[in-house]
Amino acid sequence: MSLVDRSTRLNAASQGAEKTRPAGKGRLAALETSLAGWVLPILLVALWEYLARLGIIASNVLPAPSAIAEAGWAALKSGELVRNMGVSTLRAFAGLFVGGVIGLAFGIANGLSELSHRYTDTTLQMIRNVPHLALIPLVILWFGIEEEAKLFLVALGVFFPIYINTLHGVRTVDPQLIEMGRVYGMSPLTLFRRVVLPGALPSIFVGLRFALGIMWLTLIVAETIAASSGLGYMAMQAREFLLVDVVVLAILIYALLGKLADVLTRWLEGLCLQWHPAFQAKRD
Amino acid sequence: MNAHAPLPVPPAPARGLGLHLGRLGHGFGAKRVLDRIDLDIPAGQFVAIVGKSGCGKSTLLRLVAGLDTPTAGHIAFDGPRDDAAIRIMFQEPRLLPWERVLANVEVGLPASVKGEERHSRARAILAEVGLAERAGEWPAVLSGGQRQRVALARALASGPRLLAFDEPLGALDALTRIEMQGLVERIWQEQRFTALFVTHDVSEALALADRVILIDAGQTGGHVALDLAVDLPRPRRRGSAELAALEGRILDTLFSS
Ligand SMILES: Nc1ncnc2c1ncn2[C@@H]1O[C@H](COP(=O)(O)OP(=O)(O)O)[C@@H](O)[C@H]1O
Ligand SMILES: [Mg+2]
Repeated sequence: MSLVDRSTRLNAASQGAEKTRPAGKGRLAALETSLAGWVLPILLVALWEYLARLGIIASNVLPAPSAIAEAGWAALKSGELVRNMGVSTLRAFAGLFVGGVIGLAFGIANGLSELSHRYTDTTLQMIRNVPHLALIPLVILWFGIEEEAKLFLVALGVFFPIYINTLHGVRTVDPQLIEMGRVYGMSPLTLFRRVVLPGALPSIFVGLRFALGIMWLTLIVAETIAASSGLGYMAMQAREFLLVDVVVLAILIYALLGKLADVLTRWLEGLCLQWHPAFQAKRD
Repeated sequence: MNAHAPLPVPPAPARGLGLHLGRLGHGFGAKRVLDRIDLDIPAGQFVAIVGKSGCGKSTLLRLVAGLDTPTAGHIAFDGPRDDAAIRIMFQEPRLLPWERVLANVEVGLPASVKGEERHSRARAILAEVGLAERAGEWPAVLSGGQRQRVALARALASGPRLLAFDEPLGALDALTRIEMQGLVERIWQEQRFTALFVTHDVSEALALADRVILIDAGQTGGHVALDLAVDLPRPRRRGSAELAALEGRILDTLFSS
């Protein structure tokens, strides 16, 4: 008894010691680490501006950053930029939602049920071998250039990474934990909610990250080829009028939206996977 | 059995679940793992099961806990065995990494306990194993010994009448192990469940048990090679002559086969 008590106290003491870390000196180093990544891009943009002003980079090849910013400001004021960004974002997430839910559902079903896996997995794997962007001509024939076309392509594109990773996650949940759940009399539903799903979550997030990349890529291609609104359409129209600054602007905004989606996922991941040692280490 | 010296706390009346194994046998396909095990274990007894690796100790516990169905013979209990009556503690803590320590202990509570009472009951048991102040932590930040104590708290949460331990201390370092043995003994004395304690450490078996059963893997499957009563007062002093003599006897039987 006393041994146990003593060890708890010892542990508590060592934990206290861990928390009182020397501060102050680390502050500057931390600032340096967080800014280090930005040094090179800022230098490059400055160099770009300089070369463009000197006329070494022709403005009809690559306009100066300041010219692009101006074009951005003009598009923002006219409301065109916000509208097109809204349309593209909505398309992207609608497709992600539809494809993601279907992928999640099949992943869970095939991870849990051998029967379901036997009957559907081969078919799903076969469809995977068709590059979804190759379907664009067919999709245009089916849906024209309406919203359904983009939704279909994005949903198809994000389906696989989510399906495969959910399946993998569900199948690799620690069987010892599942057995533990059984010993403690968990119902199948409780077992799924408290053991299987949280266990599969890290893998599902990996799938989501892959899916986000595919989502933007699919949308860019689809909007560039067949659309009457959205960022890709904006870029294509600008190309016809030789507005290089708007074209570059559209590309930069795609990059920004991609980054934003990634940040959002990381945040969500950090929230859902707080328990994970990898994420605990990161937060410290 | 009645030769116990005075205990620090008077033993509570046994509320354990007695059990009887009759010609119990088990096999996986053609492989015979257990063969004609006959055992009567009275309520509240602390039984240690030792034997070489692969002789079928875990299989025996799984049969008793109802995780597998025996292929021969039968298991009978003295009284009803509801969902919460039998618990098993494994060599690994098997805590849910995505739930806090307290929620992990609550896994062991019967579904009939609801709301705030779940927390308070779990807290009380956690205090019993000396981890009250760690209730809000993730399992990942605990040490191996602490995790195993949480697993013990979870196993105790429903007030089981039979607790099966499958080498629960096997993965711990020597000092933590001695500490945990003391904890298991103390809680058993308080709660008086029937304990089936599998271990590969003969001295651990002798430190804790009323009775040591040696299982030997024979030609036709594991059988009881030795059934030894340990009538020594508790807490037992490690390295005493009596314990050493018993240990010698068990080891002789273990290696003569
Ligand atoms: N699920 C299983 N399928 C086939 N053989 C098994 C299974 N579980 C255990 N065994 C075999 O049964 C024997 C006894 O295993 P076990 O009870 O785990 O031994 P112990 O716990 O005494 O080390 C071993 O030879 C093992 O290989
Ligand atoms: Mg074993």
